[in-house]
Amino acid sequence: MKITLEHLTKKFPSRNRKSHEEVIAVHDFDFEIPDGKLVGLLGPSGCGKSTTLNLICGLQKPTEGRIYFGDDDVTDLAPEHRGVGLVFQNYALYPHLTVKKNITFPLENLKGAQKLTKAQMEERALQAARLVQIESLMDRKPNELSGGQQQRVAIARALVKTPRVLLLDEPLSNLDARLRLQTREEIRRIQKQTQITTVFVTHDQDEAMSISDIIVVMKDGVVQQIGKPQEVYDDPVNLFVAKFLGTPPINVFQGRVKQEQLYVGEDAVLTVKGVPDQEVFVGIRPEGFQLKADGPLCCHLDRIEVMGRDISVVSSHECCESPRVRSIINAENHLDLASDTVRFSVKPNKIFLFHKETQERIRFETASRT
Amino acid sequence: MEKNNLKGWLYLLPAFLFLGAFMIYPLIDVFVYSFEEGYNSASQTFYDTGMYNYSYVLHDPYFLQAVKNTFILVIITVPLSTGFALLISLALSSIRPLRELFQTIYFLPYVTNTLAVGLVFMILFKKTAYSDGLVNLLIQQFGGSSVDFIDGPYWAKMFVLCFYTIWVVMPFKILILTSALASVDPVYYNAARVDGTSRFRIFRKITLPMISPMIFYLIITGFIGAFKAYSDAVALFGTNLNAARMNTIVGYIYDMLYGDSGGYPSYASAAAILLFAIVLTITCINLLISKKHVHYI
Repeated sequence: MKITLEHLTKKFPSRNRKSHEEVIAVHDFDFEIPDGKLVGLLGPSGCGKSTTLNLICGLQKPTEGRIYFGDDDVTDLAPEHRGVGLVFQNYALYPHLTVKKNITFPLENLKGAQKLTKAQMEERALQAARLVQIESLMDRKPNELSGGQQQRVAIARALVKTPRVLLLDEPLSNLDARLRLQTREEIRRIQKQTQITTVFVTHDQDEAMSISDIIVVMKDGVVQQIGKPQEVYDDPVNLFVAKFLGTPPINVFQGRVKQEQLYVGEDAVLTVKGVPDQEVFVGIRPEGFQLKADGPLCCHLDRIEVMGRDISVVSSHECCESPRVRSIINAENHLDLASDTVRFSVKPNKIFLFHKETQERIRFETASRT
Repeated sequence: MEKNNLKGWLYLLPAFLFLGAFMIYPLIDVFVYSFEEGYNSASQTFYDTGMYNYSYVLHDPYFLQAVKNTFILVIITVPLSTGFALLISLALSSIRPLRELFQTIYFLPYVTNTLAVGLVFMILFKKTAYSDGLVNLLIQQFGGSSVDFIDGPYWAKMFVLCFYTIWVVMPFKILILTSALASVDPVYYNAARVDGTSRFRIFRKITLPMISPMIFYLIITGFIGAFKAYSDAVALFGTNLNAARMNTIVGYIYDMLYGDSGGYPSYASAAAILLFAIVLTITCINLLISKKHVHYI
């Protein structure tokens, strides 16, 4: 089921009685989610991603804009008539009911022609349970399950009605690190298997990038960028997106462009064609650094961290926004630890320029340097 | 470990001493008195031991009347007051404007003196030479004939007593239930809404089980409180309850001790032990039933 969001806006009345300014949680969200895809809504807390999810599922009404499932306008439909399955952040399993009862609960609500017999309900519940591999836990109560198991039960409950759209609100945030990795693959598998259009909300870019077909990066209610994870990572439209994606985070320097040369401090780092002279932010991905004895960028070496496959070089530079410049280089490189300084050259496709005020991306043509 | 144990007991000692002196010792004493015929607390003497006190009390028409009254009171007021309290708390938790005002109003009877309330009820229901009372005026307005609720037929007096009791015990129940309802995580309601659950089903399948421990608490304490009713009857019908045929078991015990027909601690003790046995039985039945229906989370 394709989901179309048209100019979706949600405003909340101000809590503050003195100022009557409305809080805009979601601003002009315009997007078409293709059928059968897994979409990650990504952003820091308070960016409106959960509100967007609530708007799609119908728990909240949009102030402006329309929502379509396929060709049906569902904007004014109550949640129960939209055919959505929602998995809540804390799972919201009914604590007094067994796993089986929790999963059959949505089925018992069906009325009229859709009404199922008890045997059919059990069959459907078992199917859903099998899908998430919890069929052996059917008679337990939620508080007798681990976090990961509860998560699966919640997904089974959301899937049992075979919804048109599956929505997951921070599905992994209550799990420990190891379980998180496992469960996100599980979610991916279930989504692939059921082919249900799925939207999930997360503040963890790692999570979003690893399993989404498409990610939507939001900030303060405004969509910043939409695209395939790799594309967004490789081609961020502004400084916020560049900073938000990637671990370790991108290194941001104060720089300036003079006569099509990019300077970080006094070092001319790169030739940037077609960029007028100005002050800029320079973002360099950690993997964009290369050790080079006569490289243009000279940093003060602090220490290295061995990660096995790679090594992480921690250095500092007076123009860097953060006190640490973190670069990831192949472990086969040998670094002279006795030295105080380390010199890098940078890969042109891993370096982004941003406008000083608007923080928008400034594109440039690279000229190969020798 | 041993040392810690000793310390623990030491901490418990003050409470033990206090409870022992003022609760356990008197309880045992009452139990003993109930088997001693004609016990006299001044001379500390009695004639004989045996079951005579119980036999006397169980054959005393006043006691039987008191038991009947008490049971009627319990059976009518506990379910009705809990039910009404639940309805009112549900209504309170579903409105937003003026909720605090209504909560305060509903809580007022709780902080009002029993006897003062009794007086108000007297004025509402009593028939005197000068006035028929407000309720009777209303009845006449709708074409009924007036009834003397305070000195009249048994059912009318029982109605006033039940009405009064419900009115007095409800505020506390409303208070407990509104806070119980407020403590249910709204995420469950959202989950149920997304699944298309009807409001009635949400109430029956989610709200009710989630607040069931509180409802159960109110029912147990309601039963115990209603079995121990006394002051309410006094506030409405005066101290000579036997004459008004409105006595309760606790009232009977009091009368046996201090009333006009008083001075019989042995009979009073036997009646008290019987009340204890009744309350214990009912509470045990309650506990057994609750095992199936109450969900502690």
